[in-house]
Amino acid sequence: MFRRLFGGEERSEQEIKQEEKKIEQSVQKTKSGFFGRITAMFRSEDPITDELWDELEELLIAGDVGAENALKIVERVRERCEKKGLKFASEARSLLKSELVNRLDVDTPQYSERSTKPYVILVVGVNGVGKTTLIAKLSNRYKAMGKNVILAAADTFRAAAIDQLQHWADRVGVPVISQQPGADPGAVAYDATQATYNQQADVLIIDTAGRLQSKHNLMKELEKISNVVKKRWQYAPHEVLLVLDATTGQNGLIQARAFTQAAQVTHLALTKLDGTAKGGIAFAIVQEIERPIKYIGTGETINDLALFDGESFVNALFEEE
Amino acid sequence: MFENLSDRLTDVFNRLGSKGRLTESDVDAGLREVRLALLEADVNFKVVKDFVARVREQAIGEEVTKSLTPGQQVIKIVHDELVHLLGDANVPINESKNREQPTIVMLVGLQGAGKTTMAAKLALYMRKKGKTPLLVAADIYRPAAIKQLETLGKQLNIPVFSEGTDVSPPDIAEHALRQARINGNNFVIVDTAGRLQIDERLMGELQQVVERIGPTEIMLVVDAMIGQESVKVAEAFHAKVPLTGLIMTKIDGDARGGAALSMREVTGVPIKFLGTGEKTDAIEPFHPDRLAQRILGMGDVMTLIERAEQVYDKDEAKKMQKKMRKGTFDFEDFLGAMNSMRKLGPLQQILGMIPGIGKQLRQMKDLDEALDDREMKRIEAIIQSMTIKERRNPDLLKDPSRKRRISAGSGTRIEDVNALVKQFREMQRMMKRFGKGGQNPRDLMRMFK
Repeated sequence: MFRRLFGGEERSEQEIKQEEKKIEQSVQKTKSGFFGRITAMFRSEDPITDELWDELEELLIAGDVGAENALKIVERVRERCEKKGLKFASEARSLLKSELVNRLDVDTPQYSERSTKPYVILVVGVNGVGKTTLIAKLSNRYKAMGKNVILAAADTFRAAAIDQLQHWADRVGVPVISQQPGADPGAVAYDATQATYNQQADVLIIDTAGRLQSKHNLMKELEKISNVVKKRWQYAPHEVLLVLDATTGQNGLIQARAFTQAAQVTHLALTKLDGTAKGGIAFAIVQEIERPIKYIGTGETINDLALFDGESFVNALFEEE
Repeated sequence: MFENLSDRLTDVFNRLGSKGRLTESDVDAGLREVRLALLEADVNFKVVKDFVARVREQAIGEEVTKSLTPGQQVIKIVHDELVHLLGDANVPINESKNREQPTIVMLVGLQGAGKTTMAAKLALYMRKKGKTPLLVAADIYRPAAIKQLETLGKQLNIPVFSEGTDVSPPDIAEHALRQARINGNNFVIVDTAGRLQIDERLMGELQQVVERIGPTEIMLVVDAMIGQESVKVAEAFHAKVPLTGLIMTKIDGDARGGAALSMREVTGVPIKFLGTGEKTDAIEPFHPDRLAQRILGMGDVMTLIERAEQVYDKDEAKKMQKKMRKGTFDFEDFLGAMNSMRKLGPLQQILGMIPGIGKQLRQMKDLDEALDDREMKRIEAIIQSMTIKERRNPDLLKDPSRKRRISAGSGTRIEDVNALVKQFREMQRMMKRFGKGGQNPRDLMRMFK
């Protein structure tokens, strides 16, 4: 493994608490939406009936968990309930919770972002999911950890994408490596690689174009960027972060599949979780591509980012008011 | 778009179709699949419920079960209900009735829906219809939003009104209107900032803009990828500002877009346009019957014909056909055909409109490669490095020194040139066969590989 030891600081207790609070705040809306109703359903002392399962399935579908996944979840929980001989809705609650937590719990190849230097992150996702904003938040996070961050504006296609990244970077106070709109993204990646090497920066975050129209182009573009950084650092990019909009429906699955084919996605980030009563697509996508969620975007300011934790996510969803 | 949905429904009804008589449980089995298919396409679950109930009511009626082709009959019911759900007929864009007063279109929606791009597309579309559009940059919040609109405006040579980020959107809109009157712009498109439907302050601001300029048309722009949330978004926007139209963006690419059905159903507001690609001319007026047919896998020949008519010269097309049939189609014709194809839109999209081709198309692994723009450019470069003589008489290309020259001239490898020549020969053979009436779409596809 390519790990350079670089001071092994751990997350402080305070930090962890802060993260938990952020997760809780951000799922507030989801909670009052479809999960709120599920919680209410499974709080009652009513006996378990067929209607209860039908209603659960419907609520899961309404939460964008997807018809097929909803069926599977209901089936699993139902089976386990019957096996255990549970009779009341409230008893089934912890089973449902653990089923949901399980669905979010997958492993991924990891490099330590604290000790890998430089830690190279490739950020991918379709247009409009909030990639640029997320990158700003990430920069802010790493900067707060005392890291030197460099951004690469490799989305050279969308009008004003470079300006948008520059704008955020100025706010956070990190440099952006960019070229003219329409330039070769591989060349931008190369410049950024050079700059990271010369300045001995700790973290390099690369923004990419979110075009799905031609998967072949996209794949080539991402491959080229990857190869450029690999030439310098064998194991880079250390993290390929797929950004998904939490309001996305079942199409999120198709996106996720396309990007996993185009780049070796290692983690997911869920954005815009603050505005919606949903987020169920998270369960479907984690299952589908077997990659964990690393971040959730919890609001519009630069500090609104939380590290994701499946158990506290589900716990927060089920917490009583 | 919608391809998974159409496959699924087609599959269900093919099964139904092969049966002589339908029992009530046959219908229910079919409708279960319909329900699942619609849910997977992100149609709102309540809308799905009502839809299925309506279809069921009609499908178990006397006429269907007694009909000789009950499966067909059910497909027809689903089709008609879909058309109905999508709004029955195309609703054109509202225009100002007063000649002195410009038409004012306001685009509203969530962040990332594609409003700014759509504003530019709409401006271009209306200019083609003889209007003189003015784009108004009223998104003062998103970094670089104004710059994005200005860049697009410059590309299309359409004026963009902006006052930076320090003036309030209602003021910007009003000033823009004044400017439009002075400059004689009769079609004003206001690009507003993306906002969450629950953001009271920003929704209030939107109301102010509406009060100040009295738009002819307020259109909600929605990303076709949106899930079950679509209904709430549409309802909330509609409650604050009276929507007059819906626009679905990013409806190209993969299966998606069930939200269109839901939002039309719950708000009663017609869908007016679809954004079908990343280029500025990728906009289409919305036709419920055509979309319903596509959902059901009946293809969308009408749209294809309309587009082709815009692009092709009739005489040219006839000449080409003749050449294809005779097998005298040469590299020059190939180049011409390639250019026309490119104008028509991405190949994958075009083929998706042809009835019955959808499913086969997706099974072809190398399609993406075949449809790659860069690949097209490479082919173009190779052909352009040939002399006119070589283009007209591909037999000359057997000469290795000619091939070497072409490969050097086009910056490609000699293998690339070889591959192209080989493909071209195959294509010529294929065309001759076509001329004699072969009709396998797979053969047709191979021509483009």
